[in-house]
Amino acid sequence: MENTAPQLFKVTIDNIEVEVAPGTTILQAARQIGHHVAPPAMCYYTSLKGTGGKCRACLVKVTAGSAKDPRPMPKLVPSCITTVQDGMIVENTVNEQVLETRKGVVEFLLINHPLDCPICDQAGECHLQDFAFEHGRGTQRYEEERRTFEREDIGPYIQLHMNRCILCYRCVFTADQLTNKRVHGVLNRGDHAEISTYISKAIDNDFSGNMIDVCPVGALTDKTFRFKQRVWFTKPVTAHRDCEHEKCSGKVTLWYKGEDVLRVTGRKNEWGEVTEFICNTCRFDKKKTSDWVIEGPAKVSHHSVISANHYEKKAIPEFGFKQAAQQYKQIDDLPVQLPEGEKKPVGIVVRPDSK
Amino acid sequence: MGIKILTEHIGKEDLKPIDAYMKYGGYTAVKKALTSMSPDAIVEEVKKSGLRGRGGAGFPTGMKWSFLAKPEGKPRYLVCNADESEPGTFKDRYLMMHSPHTLIEGMIVSSFALGANTSYIYVRGEMMFVIRILEKAIAEAYAKGLLGKNILGSGYNLDLYVHPGGGAYICGEETALLESLEGKRGNPRNKPPFPAVSGLYACPTVVNNVESIAATSWIINNGGDEYAKIGIGKSTGTKLISACGNINNPGVYEIELGLSVEEFLYSDQYCGGIANGKKLKALVAGGSSVPILPAHLITKTANGESRLMSYESLSDGGFATGTMLGSGGFIVFDEDQCIVRNTWNFTRFYHHESCGQCSPCREGTGWMEKVLHRIEHGHGHMHDIDLLVDVAKKIEGNTICPLGDAAAWPVGSAIRHFRDEFEWHIKNPSEATRKGAVYRKEAVFA
Ligand SMILES: Cc1cc2nc3c(=O)[nH]c(=O)nc-3n(C[C@H](O)[C@H](O)[C@H](O)COP(=O)(O)O)c2cc1C
Ligand code: SF4
Ligand code: SF4
Ligand code: FES
Repeated sequence: MENTAPQLFKVTIDNIEVEVAPGTTILQAARQIGHHVAPPAMCYYTSLKGTGGKCRACLVKVTAGSAKDPRPMPKLVPSCITTVQDGMIVENTVNEQVLETRKGVVEFLLINHPLDCPICDQAGECHLQDFAFEHGRGTQRYEEERRTFEREDIGPYIQLHMNRCILCYRCVFTADQLTNKRVHGVLNRGDHAEISTYISKAIDNDFSGNMIDVCPVGALTDKTFRFKQRVWFTKPVTAHRDCEHEKCSGKVTLWYKGEDVLRVTGRKNEWGEVTEFICNTCRFDKKKTSDWVIEGPAKVSHHSVISANHYEKKAIPEFGFKQAAQQYKQIDDLPVQLPEGEKKPVGIVVRPDSK
Repeated sequence: MGIKILTEHIGKEDLKPIDAYMKYGGYTAVKKALTSMSPDAIVEEVKKSGLRGRGGAGFPTGMKWSFLAKPEGKPRYLVCNADESEPGTFKDRYLMMHSPHTLIEGMIVSSFALGANTSYIYVRGEMMFVIRILEKAIAEAYAKGLLGKNILGSGYNLDLYVHPGGGAYICGEETALLESLEGKRGNPRNKPPFPAVSGLYACPTVVNNVESIAATSWIINNGGDEYAKIGIGKSTGTKLISACGNINNPGVYEIELGLSVEEFLYSDQYCGGIANGKKLKALVAGGSSVPILPAHLITKTANGESRLMSYESLSDGGFATGTMLGSGGFIVFDEDQCIVRNTWNFTRFYHHESCGQCSPCREGTGWMEKVLHRIEHGHGHMHDIDLLVDVAKKIEGNTICPLGDAAAWPVGSAIRHFRDEFEWHIKNPSEATRKGAVYRKEAVFA
């Protein structure tokens, strides 16, 4: 009998082999292997069609195009939109050219994105911050004047601060795909380009709030939450409700401070992407616990700063201890009460779960 | 005197009226193609001719045509790229202004070969005068039964439209052009898919330059083999070159590929030598985006061979010692021209024209411009030179469309060949910013 099982493609990324369905992109194949080989992504967003290819954060080297045609690809390729071929060999973290180029992309993005994390509302949830930390260089070589804008309220719920926009176009795709009448987009060209609304129009569509969730940086922020709290001092809880809006999944994360729900967002997966979008009623009008069916504490990646307030064992990731061991010398009289049977850690490491 | 196939009759009389054009054999290619040839046979002839795209990249036209997907039930389109905005390149508008029917005839022949029943000529919006000329010519062609339904009784239908462009350089990039034609912001698309598979309105599309399309009529009338005999090696046929800068006879010339650069530059038939008896300092051979060459690499390659006006000879030695034929914008600099100022000027253009989609081009072009501005105005630092080289490298090859490369190459090559001039600017700010001051190093002139 004919074998009707779908044929899988073998791809090797950073020397690790994985089998994926035809049509899978290099980025998704890498994500299937895990965080350590997944390229960073600033403009790609799984649940929005047509995204990707713009920021160039995810460029990788294809050292063999396929088993049939093992020639390397001449240029680095954007992994988020390049589909795999059977026998393809990809280099990401093991390729010097890729890492050097990525440093360049970080440097370019930081030209017109101020490093004002201490006052930005996205701090702690910012993909650019992570990208710069993991892939950037320690110094900036740009000495010229940067572009600056006034903050702008684009509708009752959203504030735009173009200073921080990295023109990833995610919000444009969101508005295009989730709302009926798009009233905002990209104006002008090059580094004069900016996200803005049609003259005197405001964004007041039922699904506009999702633009906030997809913005990888602090350019679009939730006016009902701005500066109420640092996210790492809030506690994310997964909840749902039966939303009457046919397109709304009603599946959310509630961000608590004490008893109060300070913010409602869509639920994000481990790649920081919302898989099911929510309507503005759920996001902005339902801020009482009684509005929701609570499911439990939201899973937060232990790498995330938000995990700092989660009193779980993994709050300090493995690499934190390793780094501490390398960088600090043993202090014998460390006044930490250790659980029975556990060895004394090196350096001054405050463990949240030992409080 | 080289053979002319596109501009042969220009200047004899006003070729804009269709009757004048027909007097010189105009539209015989349409008749031959539609009544005695199959579309595949035309594609074959174009393949045989060795014609390479005249828009800049030099991709073989026949091969591009044969990639066109032919799904049933989907229209196919031919789009003529008449955006022409590369600084230094002004040959397409010359042809369209003086002989619009040469393009229209080529459009009919090429559309028939590709099975397109609707075709577009996308003209830069600012060139309203060209748009009017083309519209008038198209109306004449319709009136003569050369466009519209059942052309010359062949059963073939074709509608041809002129579409004013967005007035942005980036709209000349083929996928941005298609976006613009669809009524959207002229942002380049990610490739693949290529237009041959999914182009205008997601249908198979060929985008070709004015000059490439115009050449097809001659190829049909005379055969691909005859065309391939003109020129040299893989650079077959003739090429329109727009020559400008410090030369005695600026203008548009049709040359046989393979003519020596020396003859083109110095003979009275073409550029007529450097103006005002000055010395030659540098040359940009193919429009502002291609690498600049210093005098000692212009008429001779690095091996000492005579440099020819051909794709291969101009690129001899790669970017280290060569450049590109590009779109044929021949810009000549004499000894009084400042390379730093020129590089800043080019970069200013690319900065202004970057669409802003991808980070390296959006941010890098502006960065380079600002650094070059500083150096030119006497505020540069020595480390700026290496910084520019590095920023250009970080852009090159890493962007969605080739505008990033086009912005990076002039900077990289200017520093590669004229580093001492950049250093002089930085070391002598007060001298460098004095009006008319220019760095002179005798050895680099010819
Ligand atoms: C930024 C940019 C601008 C371009 N502008 C033009 C143009 O004005 N005219 C043109 O024919 N090709 C232009 N091109 C090249 C086109 O993308 C495309 O390669 C060409 O139209 C194909 O035609 P050909 O094969 O006949 O050369 C441009 C490319 C880039 C990257
Ligand atoms: S506002 Fe945010 S989502 Fe929109 S383009 Fe800018 S960075 Fe991207
Ligand atoms: S390279 Fe420049 S012009 Fe081309 S897509 Fe990127 S930003 Fe736009
Ligand atoms: S995530 Fe791939 S280019 Fe932006």
